Amino acid sequence: MMQMQTTMTEGADVTAAVGSRTSASSTANDAIMRARQVSVFYGAKQALFDVNLDMPGKAVTALIGPSGCGKSTFLRCLNRMNDTIEGARVTGQITIESDDIYAPHVDPVQLRARVGMVFQKPNPFPKSIFENVAYGPRIHGLARTKSELEEIVVTSLQKAGLFNEVKDRLHDAGTGLSGGQQQRLCIARAIAVSPEVILMDEPCSALDPIATAKIEELMDELRQNYCIVIVTHSMQQAARVSQRTAFFHLGILVEEGETSQIFTNPKDNRTQDYITGRFG
Amino acid sequence: MSEHIVKAFEDELKALDSQIAKMGGLAEEALGRAILALDRRDPEIAEQAIRDDKAIDDLERLVEEQAISIIARRQPMALDLRQIVTAIRVASDLERIGDLSKNIAKRALAVAAEPHPKQVMLGIKHIGLSALEQLKNVLNAYSSRDADKAMKVWLRDERIDNMYNSLFRELLTYMMEDPRNIGICTHLLFGAKNIERIGDHATNIAETIHYLVHGAAISEDRPKGDVTSYTIVEFPELHWKNGKD
Amino acid sequence: MTDATANSVKLHNWSSEANAARIRSRYAADRRLQIYGIAAISSAILVLAILIGSLVMSGASAFFQTKASVEFYLDPAVIDKDDINNANYRKIVTDSFAKLFPEVTTPRQKTELQKILSTEVRFTLRDYVAANPGAIGSTVRLTVPLSDPFDQLYKGVIPPRLDALSAQEKARFENRLKNRGLIDIVDGRTVAKVNLYIDPAKVPADNIGGGNFQAILTEGIDALFPGQRIAGIYAMFDDGAAEVIKQYVISNPGSIGKTVENLAVPVSKPYDTLNKGERPLIPNPRVGGENEIAWFERLQNLNVLSSPFSTELFLNANSRFPEQAGLSGAIVGSFYALLVCFLISFPTGIAAAVYLEEFAPKNRWTDLIEVNINNLAAVPSIVFGLLGLAVFLNLFGLPRSAPLVGGMVLALLTLPTIIIATRAALKSVPPSIRQAALGIGASKHQVVMHHVLPLAMPGIMTGTIIGMAHALGETAPLLLIGMNAFITSAPTDILEAATALPAQIYSWSDSPERGFVARTSAAILVLLGFLVFMNGIAIFLRQRFERKW
Repeated sequence: MMQMQTTMTEGADVTAAVGSRTSASSTANDAIMRARQVSVFYGAKQALFDVNLDMPGKAVTALIGPSGCGKSTFLRCLNRMNDTIEGARVTGQITIESDDIYAPHVDPVQLRARVGMVFQKPNPFPKSIFENVAYGPRIHGLARTKSELEEIVVTSLQKAGLFNEVKDRLHDAGTGLSGGQQQRLCIARAIAVSPEVILMDEPCSALDPIATAKIEELMDELRQNYCIVIVTHSMQQAARVSQRTAFFHLGILVEEGETSQIFTNPKDNRTQDYITGRFG
Repeated sequence: MSEHIVKAFEDELKALDSQIAKMGGLAEEALGRAILALDRRDPEIAEQAIRDDKAIDDLERLVEEQAISIIARRQPMALDLRQIVTAIRVASDLERIGDLSKNIAKRALAVAAEPHPKQVMLGIKHIGLSALEQLKNVLNAYSSRDADKAMKVWLRDERIDNMYNSLFRELLTYMMEDPRNIGICTHLLFGAKNIERIGDHATNIAETIHYLVHGAAISEDRPKGDVTSYTIVEFPELHWKNGKD
Repeated sequence: MTDATANSVKLHNWSSEANAARIRSRYAADRRLQIYGIAAISSAILVLAILIGSLVMSGASAFFQTKASVEFYLDPAVIDKDDINNANYRKIVTDSFAKLFPEVTTPRQKTELQKILSTEVRFTLRDYVAANPGAIGSTVRLTVPLSDPFDQLYKGVIPPRLDALSAQEKARFENRLKNRGLIDIVDGRTVAKVNLYIDPAKVPADNIGGGNFQAILTEGIDALFPGQRIAGIYAMFDDGAAEVIKQYVISNPGSIGKTVENLAVPVSKPYDTLNKGERPLIPNPRVGGENEIAWFERLQNLNVLSSPFSTELFLNANSRFPEQAGLSGAIVGSFYALLVCFLISFPTGIAAAVYLEEFAPKNRWTDLIEVNINNLAAVPSIVFGLLGLAVFLNLFGLPRSAPLVGGMVLALLTLPTIIIATRAALKSVPPSIRQAALGIGASKHQVVMHHVLPLAMPGIMTGTIIGMAHALGETAPLLLIGMNAFITSAPTDILEAATALPAQIYSWSDSPERGFVARTSAAILVLLGFLVFMNGIAIFLRQRFERKW
């Protein structure tokens, strides 16, 4: 018999209790990022309602839900990408390692180095592979010498599992790579500025299954060192790669918990209906 | 609960359910016939019960194939996933029940010609009917997804265990009283054991139903009544040796 | 999801006659649409071909200049070695050229003869001597340009002789005189028989020689053409006609007060020629008289004329004389104006576009600015010219006709184009690139300077070059700030008075000399050449640097 959690998940205190009974790597107690009462408004329209969510380190947290449910909005709050959208307003508190990221003294530019982001469509700069990865360290002044920079680039590419494929053509255009390689290049680019958290916004939706599998394998490896938050439309993917899953619906965080629990025994009927394909 | 957006998926799940219902009906029938054959010492009914098992085996294979196909093609989640896992488990339990019923029928065939100790036969019939009722109830609970009803079945298994315990002692006593009884009593003992096993399978099904409905196993321990594994009956004084009987 | 009514679908008959007809008409409509398009494109190409063709036909001759190879004796008596620049080169040219024509002796004829060569020749000679002072006293052979009429004559643009009589005049002569039997030939001279009333009021009997016989002839002619006061009918008769009447009246004094019938009066020379079955011709007045034609034919026979490629067209500035007028002043003026225009509008335009596209909040004010920029692009260029006149010249007191002011006005004109093109180029940079840069912590300014602007640059350059090409062809604003001035030297800086290519075309097209017709077309071809070149660069940039995402 599987060990199942029967605790009801309502509020953050309970989720901590849920986590405590499973493997230590994915408990909510050692959360890197915490969101408390986060609401987002686009002009007069409210897109997110009082979201409380803990994102543990050394784990992948998957955000699932139908289109327009607010999961991408929430993801973009985590590195303040919403700042670039006109009329967007965020209330509540988001902390990274207990620093409030919306505090007035926090520079969003620096924050985005700590909280890297990988986008839906692979978007390498139309420059060489080397320059793509070197750009971040360069603007943040992470390397003092040319050899240091080269080292950062090589290790980032190695961590992204791309180095062996591109080591002979580091100075070729990054846009000449295949879709999956481009996405891994984007991941290497994010890693290069040594973030603590990596956000991924549907990173595999433009990729074929093999490239997707490679990215998923990479996520599993990266999980050892980073807190990863991924938005995905594929429930199978969320089930495969994540340790924790949060289900959003109509701007509300409906349910959040261990991935295996969410996908075998969701507590909320809306979650159940969504993941079994009964919505609407 | 609303229906699936994909209608074919819904149909497949329903088909799976109806196979299980059919299997349950066949298993009930087989068990009923086995008990009847034992009771009436009717070889024809016994042979009928043996034949029933073939249909149950075929159905189990069918359920298994359908369930695997659904898992492969639909990647079911949550309730759907539990439903399919439940179907596989229930089918396997029912198949076992079918096998055990067949075994009972075979023993009924073997002892048909022998004289039956009336007292013992009554006990066996009684435990058999109890098991049949348990099976009926658990199948009803399954078809109505009623965890409470299943829970009742689960709790009542202790009664069957107790009945089996007393039957065990009784049969031992008979065997000790008269070694000529050993043949028939051994058959009856195995028959009773099989019925008790059927009761256990019914409890398994009840547990599966609980998992299906609540997504978790029953947390408390089941009250167990079968103590025959460590029962030793005191050897009675051999009256018959003294010719007193 | 799907409704159950799908079961009741009635199948369409795809093979019916009606269906086949529908398909045919559909394909016919496709073909019609194609034909309309092809027709439109062909007519556009045709019109363009006609335009270019006519420009080439009329302008091609301006690319060649007729020249004569003449020996000049650099008379040391005329040229003072110490004051080379102030010698009378005109005399040397006149004397040397006259040597080719021994029969020309009179100073007057020598002056006439001189008109065959361009007035510029004496300066050519002066420059030659200044460059080679050692040549004084020797004879040098130089190839010098002919003046415009003879240039045109050599190229066959104008004929040496013209028809003396128009078709109308010929018809009038035939119908009114010849067909009525009034024409005769007496002593090899064509005469017309005219009835004349010798008016005593005009011819006093005591002084017949002092009579107004011209008036009598006029009355007689009027009688020949009753009711028609047609210009030129009096030129039908020879200048000596009045004298013939006078002689007649002197020899027949009794005719005074009477009507003399069928008096043979000589007709003028062209009609005489016409009556003898020949084509009456007169020398082309542009060239001069028979003398000039004879001299020109002599030159042709001497084989000293040639028509090489005209470097003057590109190296000379403007001139009153077509054979000396060139485009260098206009080209340099246009270049300076465009340089000023580029230096002002390119950075300003990019800065404005980057601010509006990347930084400005989207509110009512930026909307207003955007609408106004789009409207500015549609403002007629003459309005910008008026603005330049009012603000740059009158208010700021900048020099008139200067490329600086021209460039500033053109900058106003191109600024909206550049802003719009730059914004379009910035918009076409996919947002994913901005997000990527923002996502790894680039600041807004780094995103724009490192990523967006370099990627938009080909588009911006294309738009700028097209805007500049537009400015190059712009005439109206330049006219208003005086850049159509007559300047005979190329400007050396942006504050000097100058002209520009389109303004030059405009002023040449207004000039009466025959040579400017060809030069106008040639200048248009040069302008078109520059435009094609600039657009070519724009296309090249687009092809070379355009990125696919």
